[in-house]
Amino acid sequence: MSVRTLPLLFLNLGGEMLYILDQRLRAQNIPGDKARKVLNDIISTMFNRKFMEELFKPQELYSKKALRTVYDRLAHASIMRLNQASMDKLYDLMTMAFKYQVLLCPRPKDVLLVTFNHLDAIKGFIQDSPTILHQVDETFQQLTETYGGLSAGEFQLIRQTLLIFFQDLHIRVSIFLKDKVQNSNGRFVLPVSGPLPWGTKVPGLIRTFNNKGEEVRKAEFKHGGSYVAAPKEGSFELYGDRVLKLGTNMYSVNRPVETHMSGASENLAAQTQESIAPNPLAKEELNLLARLIGGMEIKKPSGPEPGFRLNLFTTDEEEEQAALTRPEELSYEVINIQAAQDQQTNEELARIMGEFEILDQPRRSASKGDDLLAMMDEL
Amino acid sequence: MFRRERSIPLRGSAAALCNNLSVLQLPVRNLTHFGVVHGPSAQLLSAAPEGVPLAQRQLQAKEGAGVSPPLITQVHWCVLPFRVLLVLTSHRGIQMYESDGSVMVYWHALDAGDASLVQAVFARGIAASGHFICVGMWSGRVLVFDIPAKGSNIVLSEELAGHQTPVTDIATEPAQGQDCIADVVTADDSGLLCVWRSGPEFKLLTRIPGFGVPCPSVQLWQGTIAAGYGNGQVRLYEASTGTLHVQIDAHARAICALDLAPELLSAAEDTFVHIWKLSRSPEGGYVEVEHCHGECVPDTQVCGARFCDPSGSSFAVTGYDLAEILRFSSM
Repeated sequence: MSVRTLPLLFLNLGGEMLYILDQRLRAQNIPGDKARKVLNDIISTMFNRKFMEELFKPQELYSKKALRTVYDRLAHASIMRLNQASMDKLYDLMTMAFKYQVLLCPRPKDVLLVTFNHLDAIKGFIQDSPTILHQVDETFQQLTETYGGLSAGEFQLIRQTLLIFFQDLHIRVSIFLKDKVQNSNGRFVLPVSGPLPWGTKVPGLIRTFNNKGEEVRKAEFKHGGSYVAAPKEGSFELYGDRVLKLGTNMYSVNRPVETHMSGASENLAAQTQESIAPNPLAKEELNLLARLIGGMEIKKPSGPEPGFRLNLFTTDEEEEQAALTRPEELSYEVINIQAAQDQQTNEELARIMGEFEILDQPRRSASKGDDLLAMMDEL
Repeated sequence: MFRRERSIPLRGSAAALCNNLSVLQLPVRNLTHFGVVHGPSAQLLSAAPEGVPLAQRQLQAKEGAGVSPPLITQVHWCVLPFRVLLVLTSHRGIQMYESDGSVMVYWHALDAGDASLVQAVFARGIAASGHFICVGMWSGRVLVFDIPAKGSNIVLSEELAGHQTPVTDIATEPAQGQDCIADVVTADDSGLLCVWRSGPEFKLLTRIPGFGVPCPSVQLWQGTIAAGYGNGQVRLYEASTGTLHVQIDAHARAICALDLAPELLSAAEDTFVHIWKLSRSPEGGYVEVEHCHGECVPDTQVCGARFCDPSGSSFAVTGYDLAEILRFSSM
């Protein structure tokens, strides 16, 4: 589909990830300076220039599994560690939140406003770091350059591409259920009232014209909804009122967030089928991933700064329980990829992975020199 | 008034595309065929009148180079004078099958030739006109294939140049016999409509500009063009002149599907399906519209809608993420 979708997908999912991490850091009473360091490290990695360059290259969307690898790296860009169960839950929440935002965008172009909402909030997290602020502003610039001139039709294609990526994901999120934006069957509520997209008139009018173009009749019909015209268009400038609330932080109030795994999707069969089918192009995807992650330039933690583990659940027992009971179909495991013939690619990946120093990982056997393939197999 | 009938289950959910439901009515055999795109695959199924599913088949987009499996953009039955072909368009090419999807009779690979790096390459928009099948492209071109009465000797007859942006939909109707009657309409992402007369060489009769609002769905019937737009409007034009006769502020979100049978069916991402009655004004003979019925499909972003019988007394609907075809019939 559209080859310009990845930056929007990555930045919005990244934004949601930061909202969730920020909430959990506060809920777990992590000291302020540590929490700030974690967010600063992750944000500066996300908006690293080399990484952004790779991201903005026209390319097809990665598979969900491949994209998950990128966020796994990103979440570990600092002194914070996450167990697999917490990482799974984090990714579930991120994806369902952005799926909701894309689905409810009034106009396809509004997904850009959603992205700007995320960036505005991210700038709020790093107010005291002018270097990182500058990086985010540069990304803003790049977004405007890439998407500012696109037509409505091109945005519609981007929207369709994103929705295909999120197809069949129906994980129930407690905060959505409470706010009544998601039904108990996992589907999002699509309201038939409220403000219309910018450029759409209130439904209900039928106008008839004669051969000369003169209006000869005006009639009304009952359209069934309860809509109002949009008050104004959201701003696409660096600073401005976005008008749209989608993409702003819904975790501001300290609420525990649980996800429900059971009965999440009726299409488990279809999903599993796609997961099991061997992917002959996995190697090409890994090449792209290697370039992308290679651009991340994750700094080795300096000094004896002790790491800590963040838990997305309320207790350690809950986290263990979640790991044991996660349905097979919703696992983000990558299929065991056959050892690549291309020794050169492996060496490149190994070199990149070797640059990452992973601390305090009892479950993983990762050490310098392990290649990306093995790491993905362990996810 | 319409009532909900029994749904037909699908193997895979419908993808968020426009015009994502094709219906082939076979009244002689008391069957209806349905075609829905899931993503990299499309599902065909046949059902008895009460909606009881009888047989189903899945078709895949033909593989090609690329990171992910190619996605299908549309599936559509083309009724020609001596045969029915099923056409499938994707990001790799155009696949044509016998009507039950059992045998592929033709494959046309897309030539990404002049596409820039940032352009998505795909085929989209399928319609039969006489013994031709017209298929739209990302470049705005429309390919016209000449289809023999039987066999696979399908030939690319012409490439129409009328659009500059990706084609969204194509509508046709049997030529009315006279000389200047328009029988093909093509629509694109900028909202432009091109009106053609088919033949060994297609002739562009008129153009109706769209001012940047995409036209995802278009229909043609008895000289009237019905076009649905991304801003929720439905407009009716006189095909031969391009004159606008009716403008309806019909939906709150982008329209995704239209059908015309003699009633007009409009479906949009706002979860609504509306049915409109068309008539000719006594004075000027131009088309007039009256709203008949509105149906809300709760919490469903509709992506396809079609009438299921020639009188328009029943229709079917597909929705994004929904693994079933919803059916409605009048009481």
